[in-house]
Amino acid sequence: MIPLIEREIVNRKGWISQDEMIDILTISQSFPGAVAINSAIFIGRKIGGYSGALFSLLGVTIPSFFIIIMVAKLFLYFRTIGAVQAAFSAISSAVVALLIFTAVRIGKTCIRDRISALIAILALSLLLITDLHPIYVIIIGILTGLTIYLLRDIKTKQK
Amino acid sequence: MIPLIEREIISNGWLTGREFVDIISISEMTPGPIAINTATFIGYKIGGIPGGLAATTGVVMPSLIIILIVYHYFTKFRNHTIVQQIICTIKPVVLALIIQATLFVAGNTFLREGRAIKDLLDVSPAGYFLEIFNPVTIIISALSLAALLLSRIHPIIVILGAGAAGVILHYAGLL
Repeated sequence: MIPLIEREIVNRKGWISQDEMIDILTISQSFPGAVAINSAIFIGRKIGGYSGALFSLLGVTIPSFFIIIMVAKLFLYFRTIGAVQAAFSAISSAVVALLIFTAVRIGKTCIRDRISALIAILALSLLLITDLHPIYVIIIGILTGLTIYLLRDIKTKQK
Repeated sequence: MIPLIEREIISNGWLTGREFVDIISISEMTPGPIAINTATFIGYKIGGIPGGLAATTGVVMPSLIIILIVYHYFTKFRNHTIVQQIICTIKPVVLALIIQATLFVAGNTFLREGRAIKDLLDVSPAGYFLEIFNPVTIIISALSLAALLLSRIHPIIVILGAGAAGVILHYAGLL
């Protein structure tokens, strides 16, 4: 999705610059929600105000909606066939690989120091061990991180 | 997004883990954001077209509200350290969520009886292992991961390749 948006908005239409695009992507990745949706809303708001945000949201959602409804109809119809089930077993195996690949890529960009590693481990153990809702884990993660960074800032200022 | 959706779907008993993993697979293959695809599919399966519409609206509204608020403040506090630090601390949590999603999908993919290969091999020592794990799916994962890490193949090609391999393995009696 992202390369598509970038080509259309930055290269072809020239609505926003490459630097702004990078900022928008960072923000979209950092907040909950799908990156493509977040960045579409952000770009829409920037170019066309609130109605811009609404229409770019519709623009990014409607094609997915119709495609998925069609695919869902087909899948629910064909899913009892053995070959289809085998194909899906194989595809979900590839999805596991894709998720590991994504985790490695994100891990490389976000685990920079001991604090970020600590937050990741803390969040993962909360998710796996306790029955806590993911949204609370996100909030706890942010609060822990902020507290540690603030304490560190205070310490460095005292010195 | 996936762990959040998984949590609600499974605890409400709307889908089994297996069905949910199939839907994630379809969402990965279909163009468009995965969260929207997954939500629309689940909504459609449970409540038809109105269900699909409701689920899609539900998954995009928080984004709309959050991003509009963020936009409002970002233009003012763009270089403020606290904003930077919030961004810094969300990413490790996102990493943890992705790892959890990976474990969930892996569990529902690998922990399935390797019935086809068990019949084919007809070996007793490995029988118990094959009742729990399906080695064929584990091998497909390993090969896909190697392809993703070592080459610049587009993920969609890896997914389509795996699907084709699945069909071939099925007719070869392995999956």
